[in-house]
Amino acid sequence: MADNLIKIDRVSKTYERGEMQIPVLSELSLDIARGEFLALMGPSGSGKTTLLNLIGGLDKPTSGAITVGSERIDQLSQSALAKWRSRNVGFVFQFYNLLPVLTAQKNVELPLLLTSLSGSERRKRALAALAIVGLSDRAGHRPNELSGGQEQRVAIARAIVSDPTLLVCDEPTGDLDRATADEILDLLRLLNSEHGKTIVMVTHDPKAADHANHSLHLDKGKLVSEDAAA
Amino acid sequence: MKYLGLIWAALYRKPIRSVLTFASIFVAFLLFGMLQSVSVAFSQGPEFTGVDRLVVAPKYSIIDDIPLSYRNRIASIAGVEKIAHQSWFGGTYKDPGNFFPRWPVPPREFLEVYSEYALPDEQKQAFINTRTGAIVGKSVADQYGMKVGDKVTLIPDIWQNKDNGPWEFDLVGIFQTPDEEFEGQMFMNYDYFDEYRAFGNGGVGTFVVRISEPDRAAEIAQQIDGMFANSNDETKTSTEKAYNQMFAKQMGDIGFIMTSILSAVFFTILLLTGNTMSQAIRERIPELAILKTLGFSNLSVLLIVLAEAMLISLVAALPGLGLAGLALPAIGQVSPFLGGAELSSIVIVQGIALSLLLGLIAGAPPAIKAMRLNIVDALGEH
Repeated sequence: MADNLIKIDRVSKTYERGEMQIPVLSELSLDIARGEFLALMGPSGSGKTTLLNLIGGLDKPTSGAITVGSERIDQLSQSALAKWRSRNVGFVFQFYNLLPVLTAQKNVELPLLLTSLSGSERRKRALAALAIVGLSDRAGHRPNELSGGQEQRVAIARAIVSDPTLLVCDEPTGDLDRATADEILDLLRLLNSEHGKTIVMVTHDPKAADHANHSLHLDKGKLVSEDAAA
Repeated sequence: MKYLGLIWAALYRKPIRSVLTFASIFVAFLLFGMLQSVSVAFSQGPEFTGVDRLVVAPKYSIIDDIPLSYRNRIASIAGVEKIAHQSWFGGTYKDPGNFFPRWPVPPREFLEVYSEYALPDEQKQAFINTRTGAIVGKSVADQYGMKVGDKVTLIPDIWQNKDNGPWEFDLVGIFQTPDEEFEGQMFMNYDYFDEYRAFGNGGVGTFVVRISEPDRAAEIAQQIDGMFANSNDETKTSTEKAYNQMFAKQMGDIGFIMTSILSAVFFTILLLTGNTMSQAIRERIPELAILKTLGFSNLSVLLIVLAEAMLISLVAALPGLGLAGLALPAIGQVSPFLGGAELSSIVIVQGIALSLLLGLIAGAPPAIKAMRLNIVDALGEH
């Protein structure tokens, strides 16, 4: 029996826009094993980013249960959910979302501000994370002094600096050229295989999905197919 | 404190805007420091004036005179220890811009009543014994390069003399006071003034009475005014402190107009600055959403935004207040009426509190918005 890290049980999500109800996910159930590298694919509006947000604790389902590890995250309060995210999840976005006024090292340190670590310990860990993504020599650079690929590496370093179990990546290569995208995907794969991170990645790009262990296809809020990849 | 770097770094996001915001707040608090200090100066009497001195003034207007003959009648009241008088001279010393109050006084009595006016004994005696004698405060002597033995010539404006010419006095002493503010004056021998003036002889501006029992101040004041009730020259007696405040209040009317205008400027700057600060924070909503994504709580985000707004406000206000503290003495040199204005600790505390309040008010709307923002919506807009 697989060791499931994430258990999604009959989850529905409906957004309200004024008086209009917009169903995005419908009675979706899914188990994701610990150590998995899963790609979520599907057309725009299929609900893949919504599912990713639910898994990462950025949003709550309208109904159903989401269990990550032993925690029912759909039942946590907003403040408890924030604390849970800081300890258990690393986020990687398409547009990197680094703070432009901070250096790479300071950006990576951000999640550690929520811990009781000393300044020197935070710095040490940030530099270690930057070393993992191959950017030790760019620690003092601001985002506008980095290439897109380097910015995404900094974002990945920020995602892993607090050693979370789970990485959620929303189109991490969507803003990069093919070669840089492959480097980023190789890095994610390394984090999965060597560092044991469970990764859930949303992508439109079939070549990106090929780097994952499995791909799931969504359409209109439902799972429609599953592919075994690499 | 660990968030300080994050908060501080935000100020570098748009350096030019930060500098302009900083400059606006700096100017606003420079104005605040000066206005408040002037206001405090107008509203407070000198510290060493106590209720042991009463001022007997004309009841209806300070430009009226009181007969000198009242002196003996006032002195006869039980509890009155010493009595002196002083009159406003006006006049011009070399240039109309060289303003310092000049008062004809009876030297011996005046120095007895104002025992805190210190000058060497021989100068004191010279003032008492020299008919044309005059003394000036050290600050006046320093400012105009006067020294004992000089002739001080004054061009009259109110008090013409019998020769319709300038008044000439012999400078026989230079006095010092515990509060330098009171050194900006000149005193001349009243007998000479009264004898030589072309009109108004036998009148004085006010009597100053030293009483032996301060607890009886109100009773003695009542007795004095009662003594002259229904005469042609009724009096109004008050403590020296109250009289000084009343006198200053007349200047205060000018101060009020100045304060009103500058206050309007101050608050306009504050409103514009507040708006700029709010806008700067609104532009960073996506960044704040990232902080929340990483696990910063709603409260943390609220406090970070508020701290940022309050920090810039405080950091700009402090040098503004500091410059006000440096500028006030210089202004006091130019305008003797503002000679007592200084940046007191209460004004500094008020300024700091106001700057934090500005930051709080400017930062509160975007901070609350940041606290309430939905991460998914905010990231979706990015």
